[in-house]
Amino acid sequence: MPTLTLDKPLRVPLIAGSKTPGQVTADVSRPLEGKATPLWWGAFLVSAAFLCLGAAAVSYQIATGIGTWGLNRTIGWAFDITNFVFWVGIGHAGTLISAVLFLLRQRWRTSVNRAAEAMTLFAVMCAGIFPVIHMGRPWLAFWMLPFPNTRGSLWVNFRSPLLWDVFAISVYFTISAVFWYFGLIPDLATLRDRFRKGWRKKAFRVMSFGWNGSMRTWHRYEVVYLLLAGLATPLVLSVHSIVSFDFATSVLPGWHATIFPPYFVAGAIFSGMSMVLTLMIIARKTMRIEEYLTLNHIDAMTKLVLVTSGMVMLAYGTEFFTALYSGSEYERFVFLNRALGPMAWSYWIMVSCNVLVPQLFWFRRFRRNLTVVFIATIFINIGMWFERFVIIVTSLHRDFLPSSWASYAPTSVEVATLLGSFGLFFTCFLLFCRFLPVIAMAEVKGVLGIGRPSRAPGPRVGANSKSGGA
Amino acid sequence: MSRHFQAVFGREEDLLGAVEEFRADGFEIEDAYTPYAVHGLDEAAGVRRTRLGWVCAVLGLGGAALMMGFQQWVSVVDWPLNVGGKPFASTPAFVPVMFEVGVLAAGLGSVVAFFLISRLYPGKRAFPHLDGVTDDCFAVVLRAADQSFDGSRAEEISQLHGATDWKLIDPPAIPRRRPAVAMRWLK
Repeated sequence: MPTLTLDKPLRVPLIAGSKTPGQVTADVSRPLEGKATPLWWGAFLVSAAFLCLGAAAVSYQIATGIGTWGLNRTIGWAFDITNFVFWVGIGHAGTLISAVLFLLRQRWRTSVNRAAEAMTLFAVMCAGIFPVIHMGRPWLAFWMLPFPNTRGSLWVNFRSPLLWDVFAISVYFTISAVFWYFGLIPDLATLRDRFRKGWRKKAFRVMSFGWNGSMRTWHRYEVVYLLLAGLATPLVLSVHSIVSFDFATSVLPGWHATIFPPYFVAGAIFSGMSMVLTLMIIARKTMRIEEYLTLNHIDAMTKLVLVTSGMVMLAYGTEFFTALYSGSEYERFVFLNRALGPMAWSYWIMVSCNVLVPQLFWFRRFRRNLTVVFIATIFINIGMWFERFVIIVTSLHRDFLPSSWASYAPTSVEVATLLGSFGLFFTCFLLFCRFLPVIAMAEVKGVLGIGRPSRAPGPRVGANSKSGGA
Repeated sequence: MSRHFQAVFGREEDLLGAVEEFRADGFEIEDAYTPYAVHGLDEAAGVRRTRLGWVCAVLGLGGAALMMGFQQWVSVVDWPLNVGGKPFASTPAFVPVMFEVGVLAAGLGSVVAFFLISRLYPGKRAFPHLDGVTDDCFAVVLRAADQSFDGSRAEEISQLHGATDWKLIDPPAIPRRRPAVAMRWLK
C-alpha cells in the first residue's frame, strides 16, 4: 500500500504547544484546584457590588412601581426593553458557536464553546429580568403561562407576539442550559476522578451522572449532541426573529418592517460574538490559556464579527432606502428624524460603532492585535445597545400627533438596574470560571494532533500497520 | 464467572488498531473506555447504531402537533375570543409557539432517553471505573469467561499495539436488570 508522507501538517494545529490529553486535563483543571487569585477576587467583588446595586434598584422599583422609570404616555417602552433585547442578543453567539459551527464542522470552536454557552445562559438570565419587572406586578408572572384557572379558564392570547416571546425565551434558556450541561458531563467525570477528596469530589460525583467513558455511551452521546445542535440551530434563528416580531407586527413607522427578523438575528450574532471576544481576551490573559485560545481563534471570530457587521450595515441602508422610497410621509419622517432629529446623537453612535469600527477587521494586523480587538468589541457592544435604543425610543418619541411629542431620559433607578444586570452577568461568569472547566476538555482532546496518524505531523502510518506504539 | 481481559493504551490509534485486530480474531469486545469520543471506534468494535434519533423525531413532531391542537382548542372551542376581527382559527399565528414547544419536547426528550438508555443518573457511581480513562488512557475490555478465550493471543495483540498494561480481571458481578424492549430497540 503506498503511503503519503507529509513533512509538515497541512493545517496549523488548532491547539498550540503540541499538548497531550494529560496536559489538557492538567491545564484546564489547574485554575479550579488552586486558591483564587487576587485578580479573581477583585473582579468578583466589583461584580458582586454591582449585583447588589441592581438588587436594591429592582427591589425598590418593584415595591414602588415602575413609575420610578422615565417613561411617559408617548414613550411606553424605552430603557428596559432596550436592555432586554440587548441581553438576548448577547446570548446568541453562544448557541451559534456551539450549534451552528458544530454543524459546519468548524473544529476551532472546541476552545470557546463552553465559555460561550455559559455566557449565553447568563445573558438570557439577565434578559429575562427586564420584561418581568416591566409587567409591573412580577409576582403574577406565571399568568403568562397557559394553565387551567378559576377565571373561566381564561387562556393566554396565542396570537400575541409578546406571548410568542415568553415561549421563545423560556425554551431557548432551557435548551441552552441542557446543551451546556450535556457537554459538561464528560468533563465533570474527569474532575471527579482528579479530585481525591473533599466536597468538590462529592459534588462532581453527583453531577457527572456516573459517566465512565464507555464507547457505547460516547456513541449515543455524539448522536444526541448532533441532534441538540440540529435543534438549537433553527431555535437560535427563531428566538431573535420572535423578539423582532414584538416590533414588526405593530403598525408603528420605524418598527413595522419585514426586514426585522434577519436584521435582528444578524445584529444579535454581531453583538454576541463581540461579547465573546471581550470575555475571551480577558480569560486568556487571566487564566493563562493562551495555548488553547490562540490568535487563530481570535482571528476567526473577528471575521464573523466583520461579516455580521456587513449584514447589519446592509439592513441599516435597506431600512433607510425603503422608508425614503415608500412614499409614506410618516415612514420618511421617522427615518429622517432618527438621523437628523433631537436624538440623532444616538443614531450616529450606533452607525459609527457598528459600521465604521468593524472595518478595522479587514486587516490581519488588527485582527491579531488583542488591544485593538478588545477596544473595538467594547465599542461594538456600545453600538449594539444604542441600536436597540434608537429603534425603540426614536420610533416612539415623535407620535402621529405633534401634541404628544415627548422626550426620554433614563432615571437613576433604570441605570442602576442596567448596571446590576452587568453585575449579575459577570458574577455568574466569574463563579463559572472558578468552579467549572472553562474549556471543553473532552472536545479539545479530540482535536489534538497526538496519536492520530491522519492529523499528526510526520509520516503517515497506514491504518492497519502493526507499528502502533512507535 | 465474569472474567474479563483488560488492555490499556496511551494513544487513540493504538486502541483503534488493537480493537480492529481483536475483532478480526474473533474476540468478544465487552466495551472500550476513552477520554473523548474516538471517531471510528464504534465501527471498529461493531457497535450498532443507536436509534435515539427516532425519539427526537417522534417527540418533536408529537410535541408540535399537541401544541398546535391545544392552541386551536383554546382559541376555537374553549373560549373563542374576537381579537381585532381575526379568525378564531388563526393558524399562522400559532406557528411560533408550536415550533418552540416542538423543539423543547425533542431536545429534552432526546436527553432524557439518552440518560435512561445509558443508565446514567445523578449521584451514580461510575462502574466499571477504570483508572485514567477520563484523563488520558484508552482501555478495551474483552469477555474472557468461556474456554474459547485465547489469553496468550490477546496478550500478543495488546503488546503488538503498544499497550501499556494488560491483565485478566474479575469484576464484581452486579445484578443487571435486562433492559426493557423499547430500550433494546433504541440501542
